[in-house]
Amino acid sequence: MRHLLSAGDLSRDEAVLVLDTAKELAQVGDRSVKKLPTLRGRTVVNLFYEDSTRTRISFEAAAKRMSADVLNFSAKGSSVSKGESLKDTALTLQAMGADGVVIRHGSSGAARRLANWVEGAVLNAGDGTHEHPTQALLDAYTMRERMGRLEGLRVAVVGDVLHSRVARSNVLLLHTLGAEVTLVAPPTLLPVSVGTWPCAVSYDLDEVLPKSDVVMMLRVQAERMNDAFFPTAREYSRRYGLDRDRFARMPDDAIVMHPGPMIRGMEISAEVADSPRSTITEQVANGVSVRMAVLYLLLGGSESAIGNQEG
Amino acid sequence: MSDTDTTYLLRGVRVLGADPADVLIRDGVIAGIGPGVSADGAEVVDAAGLIALPGLVDLHTHLREPGREDAETVASGSRAAAVGGYTAVHAMANTDPVADTAGVVEQVWRLGRDAGHCDIQPVGAVTRNLDGAHLAELGAMADSIAGVRVFSDDGKCVSDALLMRRALEYVKAFGGVIAQHAQEPRLTENAQMNEGAVSDRLGLAGWPAVAEEAVIARDCMLAEHVGSRLHICHVSTKGSVQIIRWAKSRGCDVTAEVTPHHLLLTDELVESYDPIYKVNPPLRTAEDVEALRGALADGTIDCVATDHAPHPIESKETEWSNAAMGMVGLETALPVVQRTMIDTGLLDWAGVAERMSATPARIGRLAGHGRPLRVGEPANVTLYDADVRREVDPVNMTSKSGNTPYRGMTLPGRVVATFLRGVPTVLDGKIQ
Repeated sequence: MRHLLSAGDLSRDEAVLVLDTAKELAQVGDRSVKKLPTLRGRTVVNLFYEDSTRTRISFEAAAKRMSADVLNFSAKGSSVSKGESLKDTALTLQAMGADGVVIRHGSSGAARRLANWVEGAVLNAGDGTHEHPTQALLDAYTMRERMGRLEGLRVAVVGDVLHSRVARSNVLLLHTLGAEVTLVAPPTLLPVSVGTWPCAVSYDLDEVLPKSDVVMMLRVQAERMNDAFFPTAREYSRRYGLDRDRFARMPDDAIVMHPGPMIRGMEISAEVADSPRSTITEQVANGVSVRMAVLYLLLGGSESAIGNQEG
Repeated sequence: MSDTDTTYLLRGVRVLGADPADVLIRDGVIAGIGPGVSADGAEVVDAAGLIALPGLVDLHTHLREPGREDAETVASGSRAAAVGGYTAVHAMANTDPVADTAGVVEQVWRLGRDAGHCDIQPVGAVTRNLDGAHLAELGAMADSIAGVRVFSDDGKCVSDALLMRRALEYVKAFGGVIAQHAQEPRLTENAQMNEGAVSDRLGLAGWPAVAEEAVIARDCMLAEHVGSRLHICHVSTKGSVQIIRWAKSRGCDVTAEVTPHHLLLTDELVESYDPIYKVNPPLRTAEDVEALRGALADGTIDCVATDHAPHPIESKETEWSNAAMGMVGLETALPVVQRTMIDTGLLDWAGVAERMSATPARIGRLAGHGRPLRVGEPANVTLYDADVRREVDPVNMTSKSGNTPYRGMTLPGRVVATFLRGVPTVLDGKIQ
């Protein structure tokens, strides 16, 4: 694997290797000195065309824990705002010797385009409404940690599927790993060809909840509320929000996930978000481990990530 | 440019693919056809095995001048047209400034005349500055030296139903036609590619077929109601074909065009996110391609039009959503039609001549073009070698821009010569 552009690029074995490597690397976070020499001498560029402090910090922490040199490149106030093209930026990074480029971009496919222009590994940290593969990996990691398995796990993904790169990547990855995904949304927020995706589809959250081991709530972007995808935030919340009553209909050991940032009270009630069965903060912590694993596997070697640290 | 008095004898040429004959061109007209035609002092062109077609006519070309001369000029575009076998092209109105007055259309017409590689017939905008709200001075453009007969806001849809009705009615006064770019604007806001399985997979905002079909259905009904001529630009979906077929069966005076790229390419190519495949209307599915080929063969779609849309390289070497829409097409149109319609047995060369010359000339009211290859007719002739195969390389193109989706693809055929009123604009594949 040279790049990570889509969750669909991962075979089952590769995906499991990422999760197992993340598990191994997660131990580092429990140490007093949270640092490995694994990627010493390697340069990772965080190329962020879209603001996303959480994701950028997560990747930065992951790279630094493995001793990589990290360059942060934000489009705001940079040559990009002066009109420089993505290709020219890519060639600049190439000239600076970037071994890996983590790209976040508002245009679907930007990561794939970049991969044509640079020699280093390209890691898609979210491209438009296309994909966000490390988010899917950290979600799968979190599910496996909590539930002990992925095979046969029943996962409901709820909300704005149409515009969600998280949903796309999760459907692909969870299918690869043997979980059964059901997308739940109003028809206006589902892709027209969703019937061809490897998942089930429902418009009825109440019907799906009792049959779900995992309920993953998606973020509803504010602009959707003003664009006739649904009548009002209140109606959306009534039909697709996860409140206490709905939470009670879930199986006792089922968990609730959210990629954040969440809109409390609309997508999810505060009570549910803060419950012990919510994994929202764990997802953030697991994100660092999973991104360490991906960086290691793309930029490092094939040996155990921790085993060769003394070298 | 050669002397207009030169006489040419095309030796062994196959008129519309028929048996070899000799064709004599003198004083700008076809002076003789048959075996063993000879003329003293004639310049003999060895045309053995070559197919003679009436000079091709394009109803839909973007020449970018005035305004975007970095992408194309009237001169460079008309050279590319000649290399592609065209003797007349309609220059679309969405220039900068927009061709919405007699002054701008006359400027384009004069630039074409001065370049001399093929006849440039300006298309006038339907609405002022393509604003979709106020009719442009259609009559003044019709009365100008350019003699505009085709009006289009191409690039934008005339989406206001009342304004479309008025435009259709108004141009009846001078035999004009409204060429509609059928794209319902609200249904295609931010649209990036054909809506379907591929767009859903790629996370690119979808461009539904119904956005084209709904406008075509409406406009056919309007044209029928007011008894006017309607032309549909670049039809791209199976549903559009069905609607046009139905409208024609009702007696609606509607004609339609299809681009070569919509006859060959599908939206699966967008998987690469390479904006070379980004075009308006978007590449559709294999099922649509099949329907378009069938419709062109059975006459539901009347003609082939290139929608030649040159863009400089920086407009395409970028992220998909930032990239410009459009592909160049003048130089590859005939090879793509050969591959999709001739090599598949759907059309013969007479059928190609009808759809790439006679019909577009008739729709555009272009006298002197699209005429049969007969004695006494204007010598607008394209000589084509259908037996060669060539890899498309943008570097070898004549257009100022190289945004061809066929880059690296092997296509059949090559235009060997083009004659405009008896004067070769292209000989041995080279511009004269």
